[in-house]
Amino acid sequence: MEMRVSDLAVQRGGIVVLEGLSFTLPPGRALVLRGPNGVGKTTLLRTLAGLQPAVAGEVSIPAESLAYASHADGLKATLTVAENLAFWAAVYGTGLVEDALAGMNLRELRNRWAASLSAGQKRRLGLARLLVSGRPIWVLDEPTVSLDAASVALFAAVVRAHLAAGGSALLATHIDLGLDEAEVLDLTPFRATSRAARQDAGFQEAFL
Amino acid sequence: MSIWEYANPKKFMALSGRVLPWVAGLAALTLAAGLVWGFFLTPDDYKQGSTVKIIYIHVPAASAAINAWAVMLIASLVWIVRRHHVSALVAKAAAPVGLTFTLIALVTGAFWGQPMWGTWWAWDPRLTNFLIFALFYLGYIALWEAVENPDTAADLTGVLCIVGSVFALLSRYAVLFWNQGLHQGASLSMDAQENVSDVYWIPLVICIAGFELLFLALVLVRARTEIRTRRAQALMARERLA
Amino acid sequence: MTALLIRDLRLAVRAGGGFGLGLAFFLLVAVLVPLGVGPEGGTLGKIAPGILWVGALLSCLLSLDRIFALDFEDGSLDLLATSPLPMEGAVAVKALAHWLVTGLPLTLAAPVLGVLLYLPASGYGWLVVSLLIGTPALSVIGAFGAALTVGVKRGGLLLSLLVLPLYVPTLIFGAEVVKRGAAGMEIATPLALLAAITAGAAALLPFASAAAIRVNLR
Repeated sequence: MEMRVSDLAVQRGGIVVLEGLSFTLPPGRALVLRGPNGVGKTTLLRTLAGLQPAVAGEVSIPAESLAYASHADGLKATLTVAENLAFWAAVYGTGLVEDALAGMNLRELRNRWAASLSAGQKRRLGLARLLVSGRPIWVLDEPTVSLDAASVALFAAVVRAHLAAGGSALLATHIDLGLDEAEVLDLTPFRATSRAARQDAGFQEAFL
Repeated sequence: MSIWEYANPKKFMALSGRVLPWVAGLAALTLAAGLVWGFFLTPDDYKQGSTVKIIYIHVPAASAAINAWAVMLIASLVWIVRRHHVSALVAKAAAPVGLTFTLIALVTGAFWGQPMWGTWWAWDPRLTNFLIFALFYLGYIALWEAVENPDTAADLTGVLCIVGSVFALLSRYAVLFWNQGLHQGASLSMDAQENVSDVYWIPLVICIAGFELLFLALVLVRARTEIRTRRAQALMARERLA
Repeated sequence: MTALLIRDLRLAVRAGGGFGLGLAFFLLVAVLVPLGVGPEGGTLGKIAPGILWVGALLSCLLSLDRIFALDFEDGSLDLLATSPLPMEGAVAVKALAHWLVTGLPLTLAAPVLGVLLYLPASGYGWLVVSLLIGTPALSVIGAFGAALTVGVKRGGLLLSLLVLPLYVPTLIFGAEVVKRGAAGMEIATPLALLAAITAGAAALLPFASAAAIRVNLR
């Protein structure tokens, strides 16, 4: 259950943004991605989640082990909290709805429409989807946006429990979650500069 | 040296730049010869009078319109299988030319139909098919225009072109089923019985060749423009990044 | 798969889901046409098969952009694409859900509207049969158009432009079945062709749609 990335290059809108990126994420560890806005954190995470192809390099992730959470929570406003989670539990073939509701402190809200939740509550529901997925490797894009301090602590505890249970997490975040297990990876040095990467980036680059 | 070398934009620009004047010149010559021969040096038809001469624009435009779609389909397949950028841009460049030829075929068909069938428009299967064909072209061009990212647009239009081709064929048979039509049989075929007579046939073939050459020249010009646009965009994108 | 179907059906029938819009539109068409054409039974009865089919087709078109656009906007499409569900299956299920909330109700309502349009008595059975067999194709083809335009802002008009030419064969064969049925003629050929289009579209188009979605998410 180890995620291995070697010499990866990713592109956004036809331009290579990151290159030469290598890291491994063993079970029980968390890796926090840092870097200024626009450096390519979201692009990297989307590439790892399989939503877009890598330009170069290799990504090795055990099959059916990754759960991805993007900026958007993918909630349906006209479903209740429990219905939203039950859908994803069915998609992932797990029955972990109750655990997830308990884990993200959503029990009292279970029969509320998702539309009536506050931004922070929505975010918690979005993150509860990770627990429901039962997947060991979490890939999270700005998970703590719109969470208050208490919820950030709750989330950190959830991540810690996940790591302790042998899971791993890759997070793009600016907030310090206070995870002792976490390493920090600054993406700034991997900004694409080399001529070579630009040459085979495909698209726009072929016309230069 | 493989033909795929020319999938490189630079090589394509060099080659097309050299070929283009010849193709354009040849197209002008052939068209002039075919049209002058067809319009002035052939006898009037005993039934249709001089109206028949619109055939020298109508039929070549129609055949060029269909060939344009074929070029788009092949270019789309090449793009999807081999990811050559020039191929996608050729498909993009061919579409408006194909649409124009389709419209020319429809309008000349109306001009021809008026004195012959007594109506500007008839829901004749071939005319109907060309009308539907024009809609396919419109949709394809609109999709190219609507999608911002050029690689996304190329992929989506490629898929649309393939699916659209299948449905265009289906529509053709559906329309034949729907109405048997007033159109005359094929103007050109290997079957001598069905052919229009030789007097008309030779200038018609020359005109068809002329329209195909014109199509080729226009596609080359448009593809070159597209490549230059993309190059400009790539340069600007790099500026922003630097 | 079942979970996705149930979710889509639930979303459709809850507030703002748009269930019934297509039906209301279909009703409007059936009311407006006689007002525009005139009340003569002969004329109306003659054009009824075509009007009913065109009306059903346009009603179907109305809700196509909801198939993927809502999931795209709230991020669920990204999450679905990274879930264990194969995208081809998800596309097929979403097209099925669309049919269950538009095509099927339209089919059931069509005989009632046939009365308004003086559809000859012998046509009712074939009207229901042809819509039952033909409207699934409208949903599947529509899902393909929706997949192509999911990333386009205000893609509704573009979607119609792309989908309408693809609807031509289904419309022709579908209306032909009703026309011939109403006139008491043989209907086997157009009915078989209609069924063939639906079967072929349902079997193959989800692959093209899934490819288009993946491209749009990239």
